[in-house]
Amino acid sequence: MIDKGTYVRIRKTVFKPEERSNNLPEETKKVPFKMWIKGYLLEDSDLFDIVTIKTITGRLETGRLKEAKPPYKHSYGDFIPEILTLRDIIKNDLFGDRDE
Amino acid sequence: MNNTYQDVMNRKNEIMKKSVGLDYDKYELEGIGFDFELMMNDQGYDIEKIKKIQSENMVGNTPLIELKNISRYARKYAKPGYGARIFLKDEAANISGSFKARRAALSVNQAKKLGYKGVIAATSGNYGAAVAALAAKAGLECIIVQECFDSKNISQPEILEKARKCEAYGAEVIQLSVGPELFYSFLKLIEETGYFNASLYSPYGVKGIETLGHEIANDIMDKFGKFPEAVVITNAGGGNLTGTARGLKDAGAIDTKIIGASVNLYGLHMASDIDFNRKSFTTGHTGFGIPFAVFPDRSDVPRSAARPLRYMDRYVMVNQGSVFFMTEALAILEGMERGPAGNTSLAAAFSLAQSMKETDIIVVQETEYTGAGKHLLPQLSFARKNGIELKFGNPIKEIPGENIILPKNGSYIKHQDIDLIELKKSYIKRYKDIDLTSLDYKFLCEELNLTLDKIKDLLK
Repeated sequence: MIDKGTYVRIRKTVFKPEERSNNLPEETKKVPFKMWIKGYLLEDSDLFDIVTIKTITGRLETGRLKEAKPPYKHSYGDFIPEILTLRDIIKNDLFGDRDE
Repeated sequence: MNNTYQDVMNRKNEIMKKSVGLDYDKYELEGIGFDFELMMNDQGYDIEKIKKIQSENMVGNTPLIELKNISRYARKYAKPGYGARIFLKDEAANISGSFKARRAALSVNQAKKLGYKGVIAATSGNYGAAVAALAAKAGLECIIVQECFDSKNISQPEILEKARKCEAYGAEVIQLSVGPELFYSFLKLIEETGYFNASLYSPYGVKGIETLGHEIANDIMDKFGKFPEAVVITNAGGGNLTGTARGLKDAGAIDTKIIGASVNLYGLHMASDIDFNRKSFTTGHTGFGIPFAVFPDRSDVPRSAARPLRYMDRYVMVNQGSVFFMTEALAILEGMERGPAGNTSLAAAFSLAQSMKETDIIVVQETEYTGAGKHLLPQLSFARKNGIELKFGNPIKEIPGENIILPKNGSYIKHQDIDLIELKKSYIKRYKDIDLTSLDYKFLCEELNLTLDKIKDLLK
């Protein structure tokens, strides 16, 4: 169970595929239009319940509870060897081959 | 009140009017046009007032640095006597880390002056962080609405970082999946909250950048006794270009060439759930730059203050691989680690400088902050995870959404010109079957920066 007052992230469907705007590429038209919002949980709930939250600006939003205490997960990614090659190219272009 | 997509869209004008505190009808002319200059000059912000507001908010007066090593690098590929001096305006030094703080400073000031409780902006870019930071400083609430996820709940790392930054300044961030219905959610939020729409396309959002043009013109004049020969400006919605060009001209730099630069994303559809995560740049690209140039009023206000075709002398594009290459060069040759998207104009300048005299000065007018997610490492890593091939070669052969081609050496960094006359033709197309009055023609001459004869020729 997730306690009332916990900071959480919810997701709600704003438009089902059939309610979406016309003029969309096919791949976009066939998926729902969704929204993610963070806020404080108003009632004790379980993950995936439909819940109401109070956002940081004091608005109330309702949607499916997706995550409690949501962390930031973006990072510097994986090792990319091409970046080391870029460095060699740039230095060699400007200063000549340093291996000699 | 009904809230279907169409219901809310039908209330658009009414919602907009309340949320920017500005009556656009006042500037409409008979026929197709409106009085752009009156709209820009009627809001009570002259350049001195803008400078004052910005300096009180840690915005503006950023360093202008000569990139001596990168200039030397470009000169290597130029014929003798050629290869201009490249200068860079370090806009990452603004509060919130980008030139967007200049735009936000004025919008937030206006919101405060008009007594709004909060501000709201629709942006996945640096503008969100700028509005959030300045709202925090002004004691206003702030909501930022982002296009963020595809239908598999995957987001560009760069957008996630910007969400984090907005939240760091105390803003509420609302994240949406791919699609133009963002505008619907945005309008509903404005109605619900009564907040000020800090639009990138309002007169405040564009006038705030005029100081950037002023600073460049004055700094170069003070140091070298002349104005720069060219300024390269990363172009997306057109506001950066419009504001900078107006500032340059206002400071007297009327002969300085205004060059727009965008990342080449030809072939990728901006509303496609699939294409969304197959690009490595979320702004500063042709997917925004071209549609907003040929139809500026597609924006979130009735009349956009960003009208790049009025000012652009030339428009070039560079590929994604070249921008990543120059981002690395800026770090290892100049000691400046900055975000990739802001280096679009730097990649263009590296190539453009080679056909300018070595005594000429070309200014790259922005940089942006960098960090987790918003850096060439995570952006290239993300591309590779999404099946984009990463290789060295001739970047001209890059196919957006399929591969990223890093130049195999500096000589392969080449800009490509976008035909401005073709863009102007696309702009004017919709007036072909209309009987135009002399007032309409006058408006089109100003909009497209062309003579009457040329306008008539394009309408044939």
